[in-house]
Amino acid sequence: MKPLTAFLDGFGSTWLLLVRVVSHSGSLPRQFHRFIDQCYLIGYTTMPIVAILSFFIGSVLALQAGYSMQNFGTQQFIGSLVGLSMARELGPVMVAILVAGRVGSAITAELASMKVYQEIDALETMNISPARILVMPRLAATLVMMPVLTIIGDLVGWFGGAIVADLTEIISIEPEAYFAVLRRYTHFSDVLNGLIKAELFGFAVVLVCCNIGLNTRGGPREIGAAVTRAVVVSLILILVLDYFVTQVLMLVSS
Amino acid sequence: MTCSQIAEQRNQLTPATTPKTTAVHVSVEHLSKNFGATAVLKDVTFSVAPGEIFVLMGPSGSGKSVLLKHMVGLELPTAGRVALDGHDAAAATTRERVRMALVFQSGALFNSLSVYDNLALYPREHRLFNEAGIREKVMRTLQILSLENAVDKFPSELSGGMKKRVAIARALVMEPSLMLYDEPTSELDPVMAATISEIIATLREEYHVTTVIVSHDRELALGIADRVGILMGGTLAMLGPAMALRSPQDPRVADFMNPKINLQHPRFKQLET
Repeated sequence: MKPLTAFLDGFGSTWLLLVRVVSHSGSLPRQFHRFIDQCYLIGYTTMPIVAILSFFIGSVLALQAGYSMQNFGTQQFIGSLVGLSMARELGPVMVAILVAGRVGSAITAELASMKVYQEIDALETMNISPARILVMPRLAATLVMMPVLTIIGDLVGWFGGAIVADLTEIISIEPEAYFAVLRRYTHFSDVLNGLIKAELFGFAVVLVCCNIGLNTRGGPREIGAAVTRAVVVSLILILVLDYFVTQVLMLVSS
Repeated sequence: MTCSQIAEQRNQLTPATTPKTTAVHVSVEHLSKNFGATAVLKDVTFSVAPGEIFVLMGPSGSGKSVLLKHMVGLELPTAGRVALDGHDAAAATTRERVRMALVFQSGALFNSLSVYDNLALYPREHRLFNEAGIREKVMRTLQILSLENAVDKFPSELSGGMKKRVAIARALVMEPSLMLYDEPTSELDPVMAATISEIIATLREEYHVTTVIVSHDRELALGIADRVGILMGGTLAMLGPAMALRSPQDPRVADFMNPKINLQHPRFKQLET
């Protein structure tokens, strides 16, 4: 029964945190400096790793697809495969996983540490809502930065695929041909689908990580345990959400 | 810093800028708290008059800090309540009606903020003054506690005594009606502990706040408390004027206040048997 009650407890407290954040959303302009700080941390500092990872995901996608497609003589369509895969699926999912591992873990560690060392209690006695000054700027920054990171991931992934398609002997597709096919089969709606997914994944990950951090009890050991739990829950959440959001988006687009 | 130095600094301040607070009446009514099957507080009842300094003492684990957390609404009671001027401390709206400040045992300073920003956070978030007003208020408070030189430092750069004083300064900026201190003199050398006691007593005179202190410090209780409560096993074993601590009637309280080191029959061996 304990895992079930813990799950229900976490589920309920996450929704309550969301309600509290929404109730404070009017004060976002006053949190502008915190919002900018979080944009820098969530967006700018994550960009290099997003670029590196996306480049190699696009590359390996082109390599694997090209290897299989050349058996059927269809390697000229490799641009469409890399374009669609990156835009609709791998771009948003990989960016969300990176945000969970890099940003979500840091958020949980910081908030858990503030909770354990009574800084959160101090805020509450000062009648300053932690949801307002700690959670809301992070969520707002995530909503702004997730599309930016995803677009960067898509573009770099596409270029990674183009380079591999050009330089790998068994594929040998010129970049012009690669991008011509990519443009023909990858539409704006595909990119938009990916951006919607990225927004949802990023929002869910940061909300869950904030909630786990704010509900940490105990000492330094529990901070480590909270970070592990936050990352594991985030990864599961991304993949579960991915399935259902994909279903809904397919239903809407059809 | 001695009492006279504090008084001298206080006199240098403009009287017109001295904050006016309305001391609050604290009433603990049949308060009980259980953590699982463990009863930490059992039907505790007492009250603290406006402007009074009340020291709550007791052995470790007797529920003192838990009781203090009930006063600021950080813990919810299993039964009974704490009323602040008649308002239930557990209600979210009470913090808007009664301005209260808790000085945590660890200080609970915001580690990512400088001393200045730690103090400026409350007036900024509650839009009490403009930035110039906040600077004046913060610097004046730091001056009262002789912390002007620490203004740009971060909590990790401060000594234990300075952290306690910054925590008191942060509480003071709030101009509270109720000041709560959790072990304010623990982990300090005797001189710094006496200094903190002097500061607490002086602030009560200066701001006329109701003060509740959780402490093990006998000197602090005898030196500045108006009344003292001794909490043992979740119930009040003694409640009375501070002077009553010198000759307690209850043998448990007498042993707690004047423990004798007994090498012939050590306490921990008696506990084992």
